Amino acid sequence: MLQESEHEALKRKALEIRKLTIDEIGYLGVGHIGGAMSVVEVLTLLYEKWLRIDPSDPKKEERDRVVLSKGHAGPALYAVLADKGYFPMEWLHTLNKGGTRLPSHCDMKLTPGIDFSTGSLGQGSSAAVGIALGQKLRKQESRTFLILGDGESQEGQVWEAAMFAAHYHLDNLIAFTDYNKQQLDGMTGDIMSIDDITTKYNGFGWHVQRVDGHCFPSINRAIERAVEEKGRPHMIVLDTLKSKGFIPGEGVLSNHNMSFSYETAKEAIAELERREGAAK
Amino acid sequence: MKPFDEYKDMRAVYADTLVELAAENPNILVLEADLMAASGTKAFRDAYPDRLLNAGIAEANMVGVASGLSSMGFIPFANTFASFAGRRDFDQFFLSANYAGQNVKLVGSDPGVTAQFNGGTHMPFEDIVLMRAIPGLVLVEPSDTVSMHAITRLLAEHKGSTYMRLQRKGAVTRYKADQKFELGKGIVLSEGDDAAIFASGMVMVNEAVEAAKLLKEKGISAAVIDIHTVKPLDADLVLEMAEHTGAIVTAENGQRSGGLGAAVAELIGENIPTPVVRVGVKNLFGEVGTLDYLKKRFELTAEDIVAAVERALFLKKKH
Repeated sequence: MLQESEHEALKRKALEIRKLTIDEIGYLGVGHIGGAMSVVEVLTLLYEKWLRIDPSDPKKEERDRVVLSKGHAGPALYAVLADKGYFPMEWLHTLNKGGTRLPSHCDMKLTPGIDFSTGSLGQGSSAAVGIALGQKLRKQESRTFLILGDGESQEGQVWEAAMFAAHYHLDNLIAFTDYNKQQLDGMTGDIMSIDDITTKYNGFGWHVQRVDGHCFPSINRAIERAVEEKGRPHMIVLDTLKSKGFIPGEGVLSNHNMSFSYETAKEAIAELERREGAAK
Repeated sequence: MKPFDEYKDMRAVYADTLVELAAENPNILVLEADLMAASGTKAFRDAYPDRLLNAGIAEANMVGVASGLSSMGFIPFANTFASFAGRRDFDQFFLSANYAGQNVKLVGSDPGVTAQFNGGTHMPFEDIVLMRAIPGLVLVEPSDTVSMHAITRLLAEHKGSTYMRLQRKGAVTRYKADQKFELGKGIVLSEGDDAAIFASGMVMVNEAVEAAKLLKEKGISAAVIDIHTVKPLDADLVLEMAEHTGAIVTAENGQRSGGLGAAVAELIGENIPTPVVRVGVKNLFGEVGTLDYLKKRFELTAEDIVAAVERALFLKKKH
């Protein structure tokens, strides 16, 4: 259970992460804003509450691991990592510039705090399964958190990995599907429907939950239940809104990769602050 | 390990070497995609049941899982047929293993014509070509039981992803048990002054040795080099041989375009232009047949190497 004060602190932190992400992509002028904004709550909750990590020792052996299989959401994760002190805040303005350590898609060889390189969709799922299996073989208490996209789940490799994780009883693997229902070419249901995603994971022998992906108490309760349930890998399907919080992109069909000026970014941040303020 | 010349199949040498390595290093793991019976790693499963992980018929996932295990400090040897290792797994091996800086030992069995009876669908002529494109990858093809043992051990020690072609069936023992091997360094099997033959893998090294005998009867002295590491290529040895003999022939059990022969020709062309004639598959898909039939069908015999050397000598004189 989240305490009310914790919940308030998480909401404030998520607002900060959203502002940083909009600023980061807006400074460059183009980027995968939609899929970055939809995972802000889950990333914030993991890094603020759940992960057993040490930002001053990013490669600590017995740490929990995060695999952002939808690697194009890297900018949101970079905002979180910078906020946690893995690297200087100033790095966020180097996103995708030549020689940067923050490329569009996550790269474990460049960025402190990135546990696996991702970008060719579907591959992060297998890597996360290998990591979770490795943690079991090493008899560690640590966990692996995997974040998949819904469009990404059209890749066959995702289901190969799902089969493997269930077969090897990887209950230390807690996966999320960012179910924002949109992909590059349009609505996921129109391009290639992945419904019913919960039934599919149930069929593969996973422990499955579906929650509001922008509601901290709901996501937190799902993680608590996942930790309690032994013997099976866990899938938490997050109902989300693509571009959540970057208001010019919300409800827009082509919000996967957007170009916008730094002026627009600053206006969007101000608008988000007004909206969040009004909500209180 | 039993004495090398008592092995009937190369895969048994491979499996016994893995058992030997596992005893020394707790990080060694073996991954299979439902081809344990073919790869010969049942022996490993019997010795270390918890360290052989079967991924089922899902090669792409197997390579991804191997990459994740590598990031946890394990040294996974992932086995499948060379046709799947080269083609089906390529993006996973490229990105999750190599680009991500992981330490995955991918092993492709039944390379080239040694696939024999599984047919054209399973005949990998292109794995060398594909793998050569991966920056920093170590690509090897042992030619006998002793080199199979030594090179597998060297791969386990090497930090970084590697690809090995494993001829599963049949075995020859060419080297003495104490022969030294180094990744990236070819071995001169016999000296020669007129031409040099660079061959990789058991099939082609055998044919090259036979070709050198046939050439000797014709009064032509050809050096034979076992170029067990295709990448990184032993540039010093290739250029030294080009300079010494002025006529180079390559022999590989796979597609000529983009393979070992191409690597040698590129290196020589940019340094000491010398005739290079390549023996290999000439832009064809595979088919079924016995090894002897297939070697003739795809022009990979000792006689084909002899003809290639004669062509290289003709080109040398013209210059």
